[in-house]
Amino acid sequence: MRRHKSTSFEPRQRYADTVRLLALMVLTVFASVWASHAFADKLAGGVIAQKGGAGITACLACHGSNGEGQAAAGFPRLAGQHQAYLVKQLQAFANGQRKNAQMDPIASALSAQQISDVAEYYASLPGWKPNAKPVASAPQAVLGFKLATSGNWSKGMPACFACHGEGGAGVAPHFPSLAGQMSTYTRAQLKAWQAGTRDNDPQGLMKSVAIKMSDEEIAAVSLYLENPALNEKVK
Amino acid sequence: MMSGWLKNWFESQKQTRKFHPFWIVLVVTATLAVGGLVWVSTYLFKIEEVPAVPAVAASAAPGQAGAQTGNLPTTAKPSLLSVEHDFSPPDPDDIPEGEFGDVIRLGKNIFTDTQTYAKAYVGNGLNCVNCHLDAGRKPDSAPLWAAFGMFPAYRDKNKQVNSYEDRLAGCFRFSMNGKAPPLGGKEMVALTSYSYWLAQGAPIGVALKGRGYPELDQPALAPDEVRGKVVFEANCAICHGADGQGTLVKGRYVFPPLWGSQSFNAGAGMSKIHNAAGFIKANMPLGQGGSLNLQDAWDVAKFMTSHERPADPRLAKK
Repeated sequence: MRRHKSTSFEPRQRYADTVRLLALMVLTVFASVWASHAFADKLAGGVIAQKGGAGITACLACHGSNGEGQAAAGFPRLAGQHQAYLVKQLQAFANGQRKNAQMDPIASALSAQQISDVAEYYASLPGWKPNAKPVASAPQAVLGFKLATSGNWSKGMPACFACHGEGGAGVAPHFPSLAGQMSTYTRAQLKAWQAGTRDNDPQGLMKSVAIKMSDEEIAAVSLYLENPALNEKVK
Repeated sequence: MMSGWLKNWFESQKQTRKFHPFWIVLVVTATLAVGGLVWVSTYLFKIEEVPAVPAVAASAAPGQAGAQTGNLPTTAKPSLLSVEHDFSPPDPDDIPEGEFGDVIRLGKNIFTDTQTYAKAYVGNGLNCVNCHLDAGRKPDSAPLWAAFGMFPAYRDKNKQVNSYEDRLAGCFRFSMNGKAPPLGGKEMVALTSYSYWLAQGAPIGVALKGRGYPELDQPALAPDEVRGKVVFEANCAICHGADGQGTLVKGRYVFPPLWGSQSFNAGAGMSKIHNAAGFIKANMPLGQGGSLNLQDAWDVAKFMTSHERPADPRLAKK
């Protein structure tokens, strides 16, 4: 590009330019092919999420139009969740490691590419943002805050945030984001680990915490995680 | 045969007119009373026994430490790694209001978030709480309440008598690979205040159960880093990374680096295999303390301590 001042034909120069142009074209082709293969396509994922596909119910039917979840039914928030975690869960539903009557057939109908795409789509949606509205009653919020930030070591229970990251933001790929998750969902999952009906956690890490939790602790921490912006000052 | 004899006796008692149904009530009551006394006395006996059990605390004025907390283990499970201990620190929720409380809280903040509250003195990616779990409260994880009453003390490490602040300075210099905050400065006073507050009611000069990291028995096979690598990959890599460099989220370590430039230096206690093995056996993976067997704990400690890390500053200065 810098060489346009030369008007006279210099065979060497022309040859070099042609090679550069060719190299650029080849690179572009390679890059686009690589990108489409290596990277999930969140646009394609968005279509699945909103319209579904052959044998695939649109995700938004249960998870909400913005992936915000549905509190009453306990359908979890997906927006802003880590892509790798969502992929792992969809794979687990598909291969039976995780069981759920609604999700199993849908996940089984998704191709590997579609799983990757739809996970990418939800990961790209804006995640939970703190809001001032307290959702838990004060004593419950205080207990929930304490469990999430300090754990209950008298029972050997580490803090939620020790693994799920500060503020429950999550640590990809194994530790999902917890912040803003429906309390109905979090509670149901903790109970499932206790009962052994969910066991696709790596190294049994979540189970070993869940089995130490009392019902009161599960209720408190689930409510707290719905709005972890609340802090000690609630007291 | 027995019942026949009993029946005869019953009848004869009736005949002698000395028998009265109230006897039965009397006998039952007496049995209960005697049984109750025996039961209570065994309970009392156990209370005196518990503090004498750990070998470390044998010289620790039996009964004294236990009586101070009144917090006796409900499920007796004698084990080196047991979380039962003779002293229970107060709950951080109960840190008092007021000026002293504020300094204690600052100490706790420095302890749990050293990267923010004592940044100038830290030369790696660690926080105190990485090796002293539960904000310095967890037994078998070098709890502050068990360390506080053991200073001043002579230490071979620097061949002199160390105050508690000197001991804290060592943590900054070696484990945090940084420089010690000034003695008597804001950070030292805050950390000492927090430790003092946690140790309220603990005896002075008594090696409390749960102090430091547990001393493990020697493994059957000499610790081996090749076996340790397998243990590491199966149990530790998920959080600390396959390369042991921890996991960063937004520039902060959620899981601490175990070797390399951002970890503790070669002068730190944790770089010694017996400390590392004790800590790992008692506390790792997080929430699954005690799950690794003795051999695995030693092997993985060997694997961790055989990696490169910042040099011991004592050697560098010579």
